[in-house]
Order: sequence, then C-alpha cells, then structure tokens
Amino acid sequence: MTVVPLPTTVEHLGRGPLGRDELAAVVARDIPRGSFVNLGIGQPTTVADHLPADSGVVLHTENGMLGMGPAAHGDEIDPDLVNAGKIPVTELPGASYFHQADSFAMMRGGHIDVCVLGAFQVSERGDLANWHTGASDAIPAVGGAMDLATGAKNVFVMMTLFTKEGTPKLVPRCTYPLTGLACVSRLYTDQAVFRITPDGVTVVETYGTTVQELAARLDVGLRTLDDR
Amino acid sequence: MTGIFADPDDAVAGISDGSTVLIGGFGMAGMPVQLVDALIRQGATDLTVVCNNAGNGDTGLAALLAAGRVRKMICSFPRQSDSWVFDGLYRAGKIELEVVPQGTLAERMRAAGAGIGAFYCPTGVGTPLADGKETRTIDGRDYVLEYPIKGDVALVGAHVGDRAGNLVYRKTARNFGPVMATAATLTIAQVNRVVEAGELDPETVVTPSIYVDRILDLGTAEAAS
Repeated sequence: MTVVPLPTTVEHLGRGPLGRDELAAVVARDIPRGSFVNLGIGQPTTVADHLPADSGVVLHTENGMLGMGPAAHGDEIDPDLVNAGKIPVTELPGASYFHQADSFAMMRGGHIDVCVLGAFQVSERGDLANWHTGASDAIPAVGGAMDLATGAKNVFVMMTLFTKEGTPKLVPRCTYPLTGLACVSRLYTDQAVFRITPDGVTVVETYGTTVQELAARLDVGLRTLDDR
Repeated sequence: MTGIFADPDDAVAGISDGSTVLIGGFGMAGMPVQLVDALIRQGATDLTVVCNNAGNGDTGLAALLAAGRVRKMICSFPRQSDSWVFDGLYRAGKIELEVVPQGTLAERMRAAGAGIGAFYCPTGVGTPLADGKETRTIDGRDYVLEYPIKGDVALVGAHVGDRAGNLVYRKTARNFGPVMATAATLTIAQVNRVVEAGELDPETVVTPSIYVDRILDLGTAEAAS
C-alpha cells in the first residue's frame, strides 16, 4: 500500500474535535484506491458511506463475502445475505461468497489490505485491546477481532481519544485484555490522527487541540512529522 | 450413500448422549433450525455444541440450551443482544464456555476434516486466549499450537441438495456449513429443495457428496428462492 505522507503535522484549530461522521470521512480518505478492506462492526462500518464511488475498494465481510454493498432496505432484505454484524446487506457486481475457513485464510494469509476496528485501548507500540473489558462478570466474546488484528496488512483503529471520564485510551501499556500485539499502524480519534511504528507514536493531525495540549494529557511520548 | 429424509425426526435419529455437535450458521443465516428442533425432540443430552454464536432469541439453538441438553459451548461470539438464554445459563454456572477466535474455530474444524493433527496459528498470540498453549517462533513470527475440533455430528443448513448428496449454499448462509460438513462422523444437511443427481452443475458443487450422510428435504425452495 502506498500512502503519500503529509509533509508536516497539521493542527486544525478554530474548530472542535471531529464528529463521528467526520472521523469516518478522515479514515475513508486514507484508504488507498482498489484496496480489499474489512470494516469492523459498529462505527467502522460507517467508513463505507464516505468512500468515493470510484474508489475501487472491495469490502470483505468475514462471514464469507467479497464485494459487499450497502445495507439492504425493504424488498432488498434477504436473511441469507448479512454482514458480520448480522445486518442485512446487498451484493455488488463482482461479489463472491466463500466459507469461513476460506474467509479467514484470506485474512490470516495477508490478503486483506486494510481493516478498520474500534478499540477500548491502543498502546504506544500498537497493541490492541478491543474484545473484553476484563470485568469478571462479562461474558467473553471475541468473534473475528483477533483474526483481523493479526491478519490484515494494515490495521486502522477508530475511537475517541479519551473515555467519557477523560481517561486516555492511547496508553503506554493496555490494561484491558489484549486482542493483538503490535498490530495497529494508524489510530484515528476525534482529537488527532496518529501513526504507530516500532519507533513510537507520531501525530499526523490534530482537531480542535494542539500537539502540546495532547502531550500534556497523554502518558505517551509523541513525535510530529516535523521531527524526522 | 446419502439418505434423503422428509421427516426431521428421522433425519436426526441415533444421535447419542455426550456427542459433540457442530451446528452451522452465523446468527440465523445458515442455521439449520428444523434439524436443531428435531434434535431437541430426539432428546440427546450432555452435548458439546460448536457454533459461531450461542443461540438467538428463544428458538433453535437457544431452545436446545434452554432444554438443558448442552454441557459445553465452543463458539467465537456467545454474547449478542438476543442471547439471553445462554447468558442466564452461563451466569448461573450451568454451562461451560470455550471462546475461540472465529477464524481459528473454522480452521480447527477444517483441520479435523482434512486429517491434520494440529497447526500453528498466529491469531491470539500474546492474548488471554493463548494462555497455556504451546507457542513457537517460525521465521521470526510467533504462533500458537491449535488442535482440531472433530464432531460426532454436524447439522448444516444448505440451499439445494441432489440425491447423490452434493450441496450448494446461498449467499452468506454458506458460512460454516462446508467446513463443518467435512469435520463430523455423521453429517446431516437440511436443504430447501432436493433435485435429481445430475441437475446440479458439478462445477458449482460446494460440498461434495462424500461428506454428506443424510439430507432433510424441507421442500421450501419456492419460498426461499
């Protein structure tokens, strides 16, 4: 995948943090044309609404389909055609169906270019925690989260940067049970976009805040594109 | 030789207590509801059930759970908005749960059907689901040793079967069916329609007859097509 790097970290000031739709649009902007992409359940699904009509992006859904179209409505609804969130969807020209072992071989085998996932926490080395809060009374349920985190060539995460209580979700080490180790390469949040590499965390853009303000609120070392 | 049945109760005859039962479906897509209902009537108990989810609402697998027939669930995603039957049993300590990543669940059954003794899988390395499992570094990447899941019985929902036992599926209802069909000693498929041998294009057969022991003909093709 080729991504043209922004020349310098951009602070978008004079505005608030990104709204959910705006965040989805920012993720969609960074998905290379013609990619095979898996969008996780929930907010990541909305990224599809922001892909340009000529993007050539082919959506994979892990329950066994490539070429997934938008959500089905009215007469289009077919109980045999659902996405990974079990929502009725449609098929696009060029679609294909396959069984679960093939679907996950596609993923684990490194054939999916990008997956977009939600998260409870991401660590500064790219560890992902998104399947279990660790609460003793919670029923564990992992679905395809670990397979996606481990298998996709590029794992993008979209989440809010802080919890409702103001606790950072980008952390030195995840305290929630892990989904995958050092797997997240890009982190898209309402307040900033980050790149995560073995060298650490680089701020690409901020929204309604500055790198300095974020550095004061996060317990993670931040670089900027200008630090190269 | 594949047996063709019209009565679901005949199709599930002979399933023993203590069996491991692989049940197809992702949510309700591909869920062999009539076979599961027949299994409830048949009465086998102390079952281990392998299914992606742990039942929806009060029917099908949820009804089998509610009837107290299942000792252990092996699945990837038991917790759903409508999985109250499983949730209640789990919280009451009345059912055992093994959570397996979805792709690993499929591959463990594929391995069983393909005669593979075990395999090294990268999924789950460094997570709680790899606790206690053997790991190995191959070409600089870490893997977890995973063992096959073999079923005594597979219950599979397909679209059309032929009298020879070949199956085709429909859209995303295919999901676990083809893999589970290979991984059980006794594979029972329910289909919307049975056609004569030769009517399915051999190039499009998804599950070849060798894997299918019994077919339940629901005769509902018109409604489903």
